Amino acid sequence: MATVDVLPESEALYWRTRVDAERLRHQGRLWTLSAVFHVIPFLGAAALLMWIQPLALPVALACVAHAWVIPELYAQRGANVLRPRGRLEDGPEQRSVGLLGDLVGDEARELHARTGLVLEPGKLGTWLVGEAGAVLLHGRRRRAYCYCIKVDASHPGAGGLPAGDRIAHLLLALRSDEQGFATVANLAFAGARWRLRRRVRREMRPALDAVPFRLDSASTAAG
Amino acid sequence: MSKLIRMDHTGHSTVAEWTAGDPAAVEAAVAALREELDRGYLAMVSTGPGHAEQVRELPVDAELVILRLPVAGG
Repeated sequence: MATVDVLPESEALYWRTRVDAERLRHQGRLWTLSAVFHVIPFLGAAALLMWIQPLALPVALACVAHAWVIPELYAQRGANVLRPRGRLEDGPEQRSVGLLGDLVGDEARELHARTGLVLEPGKLGTWLVGEAGAVLLHGRRRRAYCYCIKVDASHPGAGGLPAGDRIAHLLLALRSDEQGFATVANLAFAGARWRLRRRVRREMRPALDAVPFRLDSASTAAG
Repeated sequence: MSKLIRMDHTGHSTVAEWTAGDPAAVEAAVAALREELDRGYLAMVSTGPGHAEQVRELPVDAELVILRLPVAGG
């Protein structure tokens, strides 16, 4: 049987560094640095204003609000990768969920029914796969890496896929080459899980909660 | 009975069915797979919990071969 080890979609993106634990750690640090450089100037300006002139309190509060809002906007961007897309008629939707159910175990099937997300353990960490994106919880602290990835819309057959099929496409690609999957996907956000949790839809939060904070053999290399 | 299915707007469609002992059905399935690969689909076979492989030829012994579309960063 002629098999393919590397995700073909990732081969086309030859300029991208293939994602591994080290690359994830690097990306996570960059996101943390970026957040710090967005927040510190505003907090510093607020403190400076209060020191110079306490009557500038409203302006200082506006600076603090900016320092709070900017990381929240980034987290919202990350949460958006899990947002469900439109639904088709019941028939195709049910058939697609049936096929997806055949691909996963009982626990993952039950979690999908409640949250719309499929939990998939991998070597880099634990994945939550949605219809147009996936979140990787990686490392000891389970930092969340939110990836935007979906069925290639340029293909004639890509239009009108039911929700279960959209997830199954991503799941099969992920299972065949996890690193390639993360390489093809666009990173929308990397940051603390609690920050992401606040921004995802309420019904999806149990899926994030289902990934325990623990040391495991799969993803202790970073975080 | 092994199946070749394609994920599409109907949920999924059965493209071919075969048994290893039926050469005509295998041949038809091989031809159907080739046609789908030419249309840009990728053939996937589950190889255990959490694992899948992409194949370029029909794995005659596999119970289920799933055709998926390429994925891309959004």
